Amino acid sequence: MSLTSTPSVADRSAPAAGATGTTPGPPARPPRSAPSARARVGVRLLGVAALAAIVADVVLGLWVTPPDEFMGNLVRLLYIHPALAWVMYVAYGVSFLSSLLYLWRRTCAARWDRLAGASSEVGVVFTGLTLVTGSIWGRPTWGAWWTWDPLLTTTALLFVLYLGYLAVRRIPGDAETRGRRSAIAALVAFVDVPIAYFSVLWWRSLHQTPTVDNPINGKTAIHGSMAWTLLLSFVAFSLAYLWLVVHRCRLAVLAEREEHEGLLLAIEQRHAEAGDVPR
Amino acid sequence: MWRDALLVAGKDLRIEARSKVALGQVAPFAVVVLVLFGLALGPAVGAGSVLFAATAGLFWITVLLATVLAVQRSFALEAVDGASDGLRMSGLDPAGIFVGKAAAVTCELLALEVLLAGVASLLFDRHLAGFAVLVASSVAATVGLVAIGTIYGVVSIGSHQRETLLPLLFFPMAAPVLLAATKAWDGALAGAGRHGSGWLDVLAVFAVAYVAIGTVAFGPLLEDA
Repeated sequence: MSLTSTPSVADRSAPAAGATGTTPGPPARPPRSAPSARARVGVRLLGVAALAAIVADVVLGLWVTPPDEFMGNLVRLLYIHPALAWVMYVAYGVSFLSSLLYLWRRTCAARWDRLAGASSEVGVVFTGLTLVTGSIWGRPTWGAWWTWDPLLTTTALLFVLYLGYLAVRRIPGDAETRGRRSAIAALVAFVDVPIAYFSVLWWRSLHQTPTVDNPINGKTAIHGSMAWTLLLSFVAFSLAYLWLVVHRCRLAVLAEREEHEGLLLAIEQRHAEAGDVPR
Repeated sequence: MWRDALLVAGKDLRIEARSKVALGQVAPFAVVVLVLFGLALGPAVGAGSVLFAATAGLFWITVLLATVLAVQRSFALEAVDGASDGLRMSGLDPAGIFVGKAAAVTCELLALEVLLAGVASLLFDRHLAGFAVLVASSVAATVGLVAIGTIYGVVSIGSHQRETLLPLLFFPMAAPVLLAATKAWDGALAGAGRHGSGWLDVLAVFAVAYVAIGTVAFGPLLEDA
């Protein structure tokens, strides 16, 4: 494996990520790892597009679309909750794939490790949001904040599993060790998701508890503006996901550089401080 | 691999025989947990009481807590005096080390479960029916639990926060096993082998799956620990 924690490795993948003025690099360094101007503009456009799409989704979802025949205004959660869940699955899928790529000898590169970490982190945020919005939706429709539905239970487990993965990522160690360890942890966590789902599914079916009626099923005709708003929400949150992941990756590059250069700087300062001490 | 596994398991069990940590600390801890469950949900026992209905679940929660302690102990042995370096350089097959360490913890836990089942039956006044299913599901569930614990035990070995990290990693993964083991026991205790045997298959699948993951992943993880 050719991976080292030297800045040259960090730099190689840097152009994939973009930075805005909010994350300035260390001033002392020549900007050789800074993203190209085109990449910066691209990322900024992505951010603007994500923001515009979310604003449009809010406006359409809250004011333009009509209330639902059965659920009334509750249906407006349809314009955030499924899209959040979708992003959650995408995020964990990306984390799984990039962990695989990291572990595979021929494609092993620091950027896959960073991407897996960034994607999981964003995924955990979206899992939390999915759980919260689902709970808010569940209270008036099902009469309970929580039901032991397989999907709900698995999502909650997913949240904790990936919190654990993020904790594994924070175990100190050199970049290669940490990368491989977290990649394995990501694979194990991902494999557990279907196992958890099916075990809870079977647990419930044996329990013979009344099945939760899915609010979407009750509605056969979906109003035109509702369908479009639903579609827009998927686009909006996917864009937001991309923007967040790009910035999180960029932040990871900067953190690696800070770690490396901070050490050099500290050594330099120490030398300057004790300049008269012979070495 | 099997010879290496026997060597490692023998080493761990010998250490346990001499230090008696599982016997002297983990077992009393588990019994205290059962007593605390009794205090929290009692004092009513026998048919119809909360404790009676929840016996299987409480038993398995206790086993889960004891598993964390036993796994922590198993890797605390390797964390001191450069023992993990010794293990890495011993030239033993990593899959064998995994199986050996897991087997030693499994032996300790199975002995503990016999004790706990007796105590739970006594404290919660629940007759242990369906003995064959109880034993078989306990063995399968324990193998699965210990396999997960051993995978994450070696992950957290290098961490300074391993006492808190291991439970966080272990419990979500163990949730399906807990669920299946509780259902298998519920079925067996209620005298209905119908449900219990189905869950027994699930437990066996979990055990095989987690042991397979462990044998593959343990080598690289030990290398990095």
